[in-house]
Amino acid sequence: MHWIWLAVALPVAGFLINGALSIWRPRATTAVSVVGPAVLIGAFVVVLAAFFQLLGAPPEHPIIVNYWSWIPVGDLQINFGFQIDQLSLVMLLVITGVGSLIHLYSVGYMKADPGYARYFSYLNLFVVFMLILVLGSSFTLLFVGWEGVGLCSYLLIGFWFTDKVNADAGKKAFLVNRIGDCGFLIAMFMIWRAFGSLDFATVLQRAPGVLGVAGPAVTAITLFLFLGCTGKSAQIPLYVWLPDAMAGPTPVSALIHAATMVTAGVYLIARTNVLFAMAPISSMIVAGIGALTALFAATIGLKQYDIKKVLAYSTVSQLGYMFLGVGTGAYAAGVFHLVTHAFFKALLFLGAGSVIHAMHEAYHASHSHEDAQDMRNMGGLRHYLPVTWVVMWVATLAISGFPLFSGFFSKDEILGASFARGAQFPIYYLFYAMGLIAALITAYYMARLMAMTFHGETRTSETERSHLHDAPLTMTGPLVVLAFLSLVGGVINLPAFIGGGAGLEHWLEPVTAPAAEFFRLQVAEGATEWLLIGAAVVIGLLGLVWGYLATVRRQIVPAREAQPDVGLASLVFHKYYIDEIYDALVVRPLVWLSRVVLWRGVDQGLIDGVAVNGSARLSRGLGWVGSRLQSGQVGFYVILFMIGALWILRVVVG
Amino acid sequence: MLLGPSLVLSAILFSLGVAGVLLRRNALILFMCIELMLNAVNLAFIAFAQLYGMGGQIFVLFVMTVAAAEAAVGLAIILGIFRHRRSVDLQNMNLLQG
Repeated sequence: MHWIWLAVALPVAGFLINGALSIWRPRATTAVSVVGPAVLIGAFVVVLAAFFQLLGAPPEHPIIVNYWSWIPVGDLQINFGFQIDQLSLVMLLVITGVGSLIHLYSVGYMKADPGYARYFSYLNLFVVFMLILVLGSSFTLLFVGWEGVGLCSYLLIGFWFTDKVNADAGKKAFLVNRIGDCGFLIAMFMIWRAFGSLDFATVLQRAPGVLGVAGPAVTAITLFLFLGCTGKSAQIPLYVWLPDAMAGPTPVSALIHAATMVTAGVYLIARTNVLFAMAPISSMIVAGIGALTALFAATIGLKQYDIKKVLAYSTVSQLGYMFLGVGTGAYAAGVFHLVTHAFFKALLFLGAGSVIHAMHEAYHASHSHEDAQDMRNMGGLRHYLPVTWVVMWVATLAISGFPLFSGFFSKDEILGASFARGAQFPIYYLFYAMGLIAALITAYYMARLMAMTFHGETRTSETERSHLHDAPLTMTGPLVVLAFLSLVGGVINLPAFIGGGAGLEHWLEPVTAPAAEFFRLQVAEGATEWLLIGAAVVIGLLGLVWGYLATVRRQIVPAREAQPDVGLASLVFHKYYIDEIYDALVVRPLVWLSRVVLWRGVDQGLIDGVAVNGSARLSRGLGWVGSRLQSGQVGFYVILFMIGALWILRVVVG
Repeated sequence: MLLGPSLVLSAILFSLGVAGVLLRRNALILFMCIELMLNAVNLAFIAFAQLYGMGGQIFVLFVMTVAAAEAAVGLAIILGIFRHRRSVDLQNMNLLQG
C-alpha cells in the first residue's frame, strides 16, 4: 500500500503544471484541459486499485504507511503517514470519483474564462489537501488537509475577485472557519495532554482506558472537535459562510461546497467515533445541532430565488442530516448519506451550472443584464435543456427520498437510527420528528426549484429563447454519470428489508467496531420499520406534490418586476436576518474592539506610545539629566574629580 | 629628618594648587597650579624616600620628565587656543557643554 502516495502526488503534479501554465502560458487551454482532469482520473485509478486490493482481504486494522518523521519534538513524535482503511477508502473513492466528473465538467464550464489555468491549479490543489485530510494518520496531518482545503475554498470562492462581493464571500468563509479551527486546535491540545500522542491509531485504541466514559475530558474534547466540524461543515451557528460561498464558480460549489470539503466534519466524527460514543452528551449535542440545522436551513431554502442559494441551504440542511446520523451513533448511516449526497448534490449543482451557463449565454447574446441565476427569470426550460431537466429530476427525487432512489435509503437509515436511539434517550424522538419535517420541506423546496426552473411559462424573451440549449458533451456526460449514481447509489448499502446486505455498514464495521462496544443501536424491525419507511415516503411525496403544485399554479413574474415579499415570507427570504444579527452582535463589536481598543488603545497607545516612543522619550530624558553634568566648565569637572578622588581615598584608607 | 614639616609643606603646596585650579580662570595660571600640585607630590616623594629607599627619588625624576612633556604639550595647546580666540579665559571655553 506504500504506493498510495501516487494518488496525492498526481494532483500535486497537476497543481504545479497548471500553476506554471497560468503564470507563463495562460493561453494554453488545451494543455490545461488535458492535465487538469487527467491527474484526477489517474488518482481515481490509483484509489480503485487500492480499493480492489482491500476488497479481496479487508484488513482488521488500518494499514498505516509512514513516509517520514515529520515533527519530532521531545516526546511528541508525529510521522507523515497515511492511514488506509475502510472509511478513508470510501472517502477517497468519493473525492477522486466525483472529483473526476466535476473536473471533466469544468472543462466545458470554465473554458472561456481567462483564469482557466489558475482555476484548474486551485482545483487540483484542493484535491491534494482533501486527500491528505482523509488519508492523514494523525490529527495533525488531518489538520493540514483541513486548513489546506479551507485555503483552496477561499481561493475558489473569491475566484472572480475583481467583484468585491466575491472577495468578501471568500474572506467570510475563511474567517468563520477560523472560529471552528480554533476549537479543533484546542481539542488537539487536549488530546495530546491526555494521550501524549496525536496518532489516530494510538488515541482511538487507548481512549477507553485513558478517558473515563462520559467523563468531562472526553466530553470537552468531542465538543471542541465538533466546534471544528460546525465551521467546516457549515452547521449552526457557523453555517453562514456556505450560502455566501456560492459566489464561486458552480463546479466549485459542487465539488467543495457540496460533495467533499463540507463533509470533512462528518468524516472527522466517523473517524473518531469511539470518542463520541464515549461521550453521550456530546453525541446528543451533535445530533441536536444536526437536526436543528437540517430543519432551519431547509426553511430558508423555501423562499430563496437564486437557484444556487436554494441548493446551498439544501446542502447545509443535508449536512445536518449527516450529523444527526453520526450524532445518533449510526456512523455508517452518516457516511452512507455523505456518499449519496455527494452524488445527488453534485448533480444538482452541476445541473444548476448547466442552467446558469445556458441562461448566461442567452443573456449575453441578447445583451441583457438580467440575473442568470434567479429562478424567477427562468421557467419552462425543459423544452430547451431536456438532458439537464431529466437529470435534475433524478437528483430531486433522490434528495427527496423517493423510494429506491439513493437518498431514500440513506435518509431513511438516519431517521430510523434516530428513532431507535429514542428508546435510550427520548430526546432523539424529537430529533427524529425534526428530521422528518425537514424531509418534507426538502421535498417542497426541491419541487419548487424544479417547477420554477423547468416547468410553467418561459419567462425569457423571444431573442433569448433561441440561444437556450443544453451544454456540450463534456458537461452533460458527467451529469448523466452522476444521475446514474444518484439513481442506484443506494445499492452500496441496501437495507435488509428489501433483501440487501447492508454492504457499506459491514464494510465499515472494522472502523466503527470500537464505538459499537459502548452501545448497539437496536434498529426497529417488522411493522415499526415499515411504518417509519412509510411515513418518510409519504412525507417526501407530499412535499414533492405540494411544492410542485403550489409553484406551478402561482403566477411568477420575472425578478425585475417582482414585488418584494412581505411578512413571514420576507423574514425567510432575508434568512431570518441571521447575517444581520451576527453583524450586530459579533462583527460590529469585534470591529469596534479592534479599532478602538486594539488599534487605538493597544497598538497606538501601548505599543507605539508606551513601548516604542516611550522608551525613546525615557532615554532622552535620562540623557538630558546626564547632560546637565557636562557644563563645559573645567572648574566644575575638577570639583567633581576632587570629590571622586577624595571619596576613593576615603574608601581605600578608611 | 624633617619628615613632618616636609609633608606639611607638601600638603600646603598641594592644597594651594587645588585651590588655584578650582578658583582661577586663566588657563596659564591653572597650568602653573597643576605644576605646583605635581611639585608638592614630588616633595612628598622625596620626604618619604628617606624612609623607604631610592624608589621615591626615582619616581620624582619620572614625574618631572612627564611634567616637562606635559608643559610642552599644554603650553602649545594654550598658545593654539589663544591664537584662535584671543583669550585664555576658561570661562569662555565650554564647547563640551551638554
